[in-house]
Amino acid sequence: MMPFKLVLLWTDGLLWLLLALVGLYVWRVRRHEHLLQPWRRLSRSRSGVASAVILLAFVAVGVLDSLHFRLPLEKQAGGVVRHYSPEVLSVFDLLVGPLRKQPEKTYSAPFATQLYAKETIELPGGRQLRDYPRLKYGGAHLADPAGEQAGDIAATALEGGAWALVAGWGATLALVLWLARRRRISPGAAWSLVRHGRDEIPWRTFLGTVGMLILFACLAAAFSAKYHIFGTDKVGQDVFYLTLKSIRTGLMIGTLTTLVMLPFALLLGIMAGYFRGWVDDVIQYVYTTLNSIPGVLLIAAAVLILQVYMDSNQELFDTVAARADIRLLFLCIILGITSWTGLCRLLRGETLKLGEMEFVQAATAFGVGHFRIIARHILPNVMHIVLISIVLDFSGLVLAEAVLSYVGVGVDPTMQSWGNMINGARLEMAREPMVWWSLAAAFVFMFVLVLSANLFSDRVRDAFDPRMK
Amino acid sequence: MINYLIRRLLYAIPILVGVNLLTFALFFVVNTPDNMARIHLGIKHVTPDAIAKWKHERGYDKPLMWNATAAGAQKAADTIFFEKSVRMFAFDFGRSDEGRNISYDIQTRMWPSLAIALPVFAIGLLVNITFAMLMAFFRATYIDFAGVVLCVAMMSISGLFYIIGGQYLISKLLHLTPISGFDGGLNAFKFVVLPVTIGVIGGIGAGSRWYRTIFLEEATRDYVRTARAKGLSELAVLFGHVLKNAMIPILTGAVVVIPLLFMGSLISESFFGIPGLGSYTIDAINAQDFAIVRAMVFLGSVLYIVGLILTDISYTLVDPRIRLE
Repeated sequence: MMPFKLVLLWTDGLLWLLLALVGLYVWRVRRHEHLLQPWRRLSRSRSGVASAVILLAFVAVGVLDSLHFRLPLEKQAGGVVRHYSPEVLSVFDLLVGPLRKQPEKTYSAPFATQLYAKETIELPGGRQLRDYPRLKYGGAHLADPAGEQAGDIAATALEGGAWALVAGWGATLALVLWLARRRRISPGAAWSLVRHGRDEIPWRTFLGTVGMLILFACLAAAFSAKYHIFGTDKVGQDVFYLTLKSIRTGLMIGTLTTLVMLPFALLLGIMAGYFRGWVDDVIQYVYTTLNSIPGVLLIAAAVLILQVYMDSNQELFDTVAARADIRLLFLCIILGITSWTGLCRLLRGETLKLGEMEFVQAATAFGVGHFRIIARHILPNVMHIVLISIVLDFSGLVLAEAVLSYVGVGVDPTMQSWGNMINGARLEMAREPMVWWSLAAAFVFMFVLVLSANLFSDRVRDAFDPRMK
Repeated sequence: MINYLIRRLLYAIPILVGVNLLTFALFFVVNTPDNMARIHLGIKHVTPDAIAKWKHERGYDKPLMWNATAAGAQKAADTIFFEKSVRMFAFDFGRSDEGRNISYDIQTRMWPSLAIALPVFAIGLLVNITFAMLMAFFRATYIDFAGVVLCVAMMSISGLFYIIGGQYLISKLLHLTPISGFDGGLNAFKFVVLPVTIGVIGGIGAGSRWYRTIFLEEATRDYVRTARAKGLSELAVLFGHVLKNAMIPILTGAVVVIPLLFMGSLISESFFGIPGLGSYTIDAINAQDFAIVRAMVFLGSVLYIVGLILTDISYTLVDPRIRLE
């Protein structure tokens, strides 16, 4: 019998589907030179390479966080049936073990060794004292925090830096060897290519970004073993852990929404532009109607209704995670319904234009069927629009999640997300003294993700839009 | 022109009917009045009598679309669909689930909304176009590059952070304005300054970058080269030629939102405690008051369609070649 029980949440399944589609696309692109061309252009731009590396790092965290399972309970009731813990974990949770397993009592500041609130402490002699108690885990190895902490932080930083240096040089070496093998040149020549930036791909930018990520990861790992680098929240959970877990939520909203809406936008947009006449009228009517409802209100109405449904049918969901996951999926679907109209309109316009082209007219004259014309001639020629709009929409969707969670119609309150963190931070900001770190952590991670997505989408548009040349 | 407007208004009817049917389906078919009653009265331990009473007080106990027991025209009129959905066409929004008159609430609450949204829109437009013009003037220099980088960075920050940061900096640290609240008459000014400033700043990133692309697209046209060849100064070219010709794309994005300004902003109104329609909607969502949400959905769609028609009219004002027929 397996030592754990695999859990495939709905969004996990869709994520794997999405990755499979991406894989299929990559396989196709590699076999066709004309499809490869725009990607080559993209890989020559420095901001494109740097933002792609950062996005990939986020995706890696998100994918690791999507491999879910449930561990068996330690105390098994006698019998054949094994009972599993109601807590759904992911591979990512295992990798960052200490972050998850070291809760404090309540708020503590970043790198703090004491709680943020005074408590009554029992002294050995039976006397009592109002003071800030020591943390259970943060800086617990220090005997005298006030005197030793600065030295300990410096030593830990050095340790992390040393690891980063080793890993960074390892990455450089791997790149040089790979390049030498691929270009069939000596490693020495490959090294000088990389070092002097003489290759068409900006390897120095690539290595610089990878190096920064490695440095951040090594420092975070070194410090997280001893401190809470972004502090802890109200119930003592590590804020750094929460913000890392939020990455998956943000990525899911940004990508699954597009995956859900894409079939509708493609089908309806192309049909409207290709068949014209009453088909066009009907489709235009549908998207004008949907478009005329203010997006937030439609989302709010739909999520309210889902809430009512889930409250009346609580027996359908066996774990809290499954419940939160359904809500996330539904949010993606409803965001998709409100956002497909833009892409649909673009596709309709482009298809109208393509329909007038000679190659489509010729195909029609030869008696090629509608389906074949759409599949062979229209679809490949609108794919660049699809790609550009997928990438462009991503950052907006990540930002939308925060706003929706604030309004109360976003992801489930039990799910870790930047929106929920910001929402909670509102009350914390009013405290005296102020609790600022969960807001800061959400800000930093969201900003880095959205900024790299914005930079990347700009480069994608430059590379793929024929008008941009 | 009149003919065109009449036709456009007639086109609006099927769209509003669609919106109406959609919201009706969402609020009464997918989600039955029984469910709503249960949410309001608590999930567990609700007696059927309490549900029936709740529904009766709000008129949700009628048949959905067809009342077979009534006589004559009442067969269609004495139903939830007629009472709650068809009446909205006459802007009769009825009462909220708490029993308040929604039309009255909307009339009193739209003014605070406008006091914030209108200045944000007008000042924002001016500021964004000015920045975009500056970037277009210094195009392909480091100033332009720095401007674009700044814009991308600014648009990567969630609007929530602008509000939280602004409240903290201006109100809490510097004590320049009250953190939140609202007052009538001239006293409103001190409450309005901060939300407006933050609204404008939050929109600069995306706005100026968008206008910059429009200006740059225009700046490569032939008539611009001709104007320069005539010896016009760069400023005269930008303001006299490029700005004028860029009016159509600018209006396309700007005019359609003007009517929607009445609805206010959900986020900033609730952060700043402004008793406008935005916070009204948020409160309704949090209290699960479906009657108000339904009314706001309908109102929003009407205003959007008005915005589309206004956009068409505005085209004829800036471009004499466009005639609406």
